[in-house]
Amino acid sequence: MVHFFTFWFRLKVTLFVVFMVVWTSSFAQEFHLYDTMQQLEARISQASDATLVINFWATWCKPCVEELPCFDDLKEQYCGYDIQILLVSLDFKSQVEKKFIPFLRAQKIKSEVALLADQDVNTWIPRIYEDWDGAIPATIVVRGNRRKFSLGKFSSLEELDAFVSPFLLDTTTPLKPVTCRGK
Amino acid sequence: MKSLNLPTIILLVSAAFWFFSWKSAPAGYIVGDKAADFSLKNVDGSIVSLSDYKDAKGYLVVFTCNHCPYAQIYEQRIIDLHKKFAPLGVPVIAVNPNSPLIVPEDSYEEMQKRARLKKYPFAYLFDEEQTVMSQFGATRTPHVFLLDSNRVVWYIGAIDDNPESPSLVKNRWVEAAVNALLLGDCPSPDFTRAVGCTVKRKPR
Repeated sequence: MVHFFTFWFRLKVTLFVVFMVVWTSSFAQEFHLYDTMQQLEARISQASDATLVINFWATWCKPCVEELPCFDDLKEQYCGYDIQILLVSLDFKSQVEKKFIPFLRAQKIKSEVALLADQDVNTWIPRIYEDWDGAIPATIVVRGNRRKFSLGKFSSLEELDAFVSPFLLDTTTPLKPVTCRGK
Repeated sequence: MKSLNLPTIILLVSAAFWFFSWKSAPAGYIVGDKAADFSLKNVDGSIVSLSDYKDAKGYLVVFTCNHCPYAQIYEQRIIDLHKKFAPLGVPVIAVNPNSPLIVPEDSYEEMQKRARLKKYPFAYLFDEEQTVMSQFGATRTPHVFLLDSNRVVWYIGAIDDNPESPSLVKNRWVEAAVNALLLGDCPSPDFTRAVGCTVKRKPR
């Protein structure tokens, strides 16, 4: 009898541990948490010659949430091109568990997501773009030393495409056929 | 002077155009500009102008609204600013610049409800035509413009440096700017940036 109980007990504990590990790791991959602007800047410079589209948004910002799917669609449209999408949320760090993670789960966003928690907003905003005063949604395209900025929501994929495509035009033929996710 | 041939002239003229168009690009007021007075409908039905405040030493024109979470986060702090500075001659004048066609929560009726519910001690005006917002160059809510008694702009920007936790605020920029104004000193900084909701322009 004692053996029986210990066996089941051990099994339960093992299963629980496995479950917790799987569960928390599925969590950890959902977004990067940047506590400082330097960390975001490091991520930007990682892109080197790729076209990097950075969108600043928040779960509480309605127009931001409305345009989010456009960024996944853009990535799909330029599948095979050297393009990266980074969705930088300005949600409060204190609401990560309660609001942010449940939102990411529900929306099934495919693009890379980050949360920038640097509170020294007045300092970091002009480092992204000098003429930006902090209203969101806002989007920048970065490639090497070139930067272009757009304030407000893109109402369609076409509008977003028109904003981003000039950066991609001089990219020579896309890398050969890649299986694109989705459609 | 012979070098001034046609292409050179065209180049110079276009360069001049480019230069001046760049200069005039930032729409709205910058610190030092004189703001135009305006007349907008208050939540109590009256029409309010800056010139109605007879003994004002200055004006805190705050573009804010009902729906924006950042505006809500700062709501109490805007009320506190009015309570602190209105007796000293610098009242808050809140202006909702958003089009209810985009955000129904920012309609005149909803403004009235919110002002009543939260007992706004200040005027809460509806910029229905969005002309005041354009003149000022307000782009987000909340967005503060501090004017002196001659309507000259002394400060543009955020209320403080910590929206999330009022207790962790290090710099109370608006308070510092009003105190500077009352002493006749130039605020430092006189311009700050902050996260906020874009102003919702009505569809063309």
